Amino acid sequence: MNALPIDYYVWLSATLFTIGVLGVLYRRNAIIIFMCIELMLNAVNLLLVAFSARLNDPSGQVFVFFIMAVAAAEVAVGLAILVTMYRATRSTDINILNRLKW
Amino acid sequence: MVVVSKSPVHSVLYLIITFFTIAGHYVLLNAEFLFIVHIIVYAGAIMVLFLYVIMMLNLNIEMEPHKSTMLKFAATICAGLLLIVLVGSLKGTEALPASAVADPDLGSVQRLGKVMFDEFLLPFEISSVLLLAAMVGAVMLGKSEKANDIL
Repeated sequence: MNALPIDYYVWLSATLFTIGVLGVLYRRNAIIIFMCIELMLNAVNLLLVAFSARLNDPSGQVFVFFIMAVAAAEVAVGLAILVTMYRATRSTDINILNRLKW
Repeated sequence: MVVVSKSPVHSVLYLIITFFTIAGHYVLLNAEFLFIVHIIVYAGAIMVLFLYVIMMLNLNIEMEPHKSTMLKFAATICAGLLLIVLVGSLKGTEALPASAVADPDLGSVQRLGKVMFDEFLLPFEISSVLLLAAMVGAVMLGKSEKANDIL
């Protein structure tokens, strides 16, 4: 069933991960930064599933399941922080968080 | 598309498309259980959460002040360098030897469940505690100040 060579999945994951990193660096809207973090997590998930299918080892898929649980928890807490931040500053621009410095 | 679109709502919609294509890859890789979980968790829960927050905060107008061109340039350069490093490191690896006969029910619920509740039982329980802690934390953070006074 392994129709595609695993190299393609490696390249696809690397590209997706780089797009996620670019988004985190490029945008200043906190909500889009969260989405880019999701994108990076998904790149890693895809690679784990590809290698697990290649090596006939179900442990990789269990790992992906745990990563999904952690991602869901992270998004819930992160968005709650975002809502709190929006209430305090009326904005989701992360540069405003500079004020936390002092 | 997720990165460059101006409106956060468009970003979320592009992200949903990306998630569905990744789910398609899971089907291709014989991971049916993960396919279902991916659809439910990402498209069902996380994206709804994102959209809900965007609607609640009324962010669908573009309000992002423009970054200086130099910062954007620096971000692009950094990401490009990362891609170059990844490509360079992956070029050096040699191809994996072809695996044995692919197992068609590798990602079936039965096999995954056996593995998950056998050797991964402790991480499973810990992740349940983590989810509970995240839920409590999100509720505490999301509570407004007025509700705080009542309590």
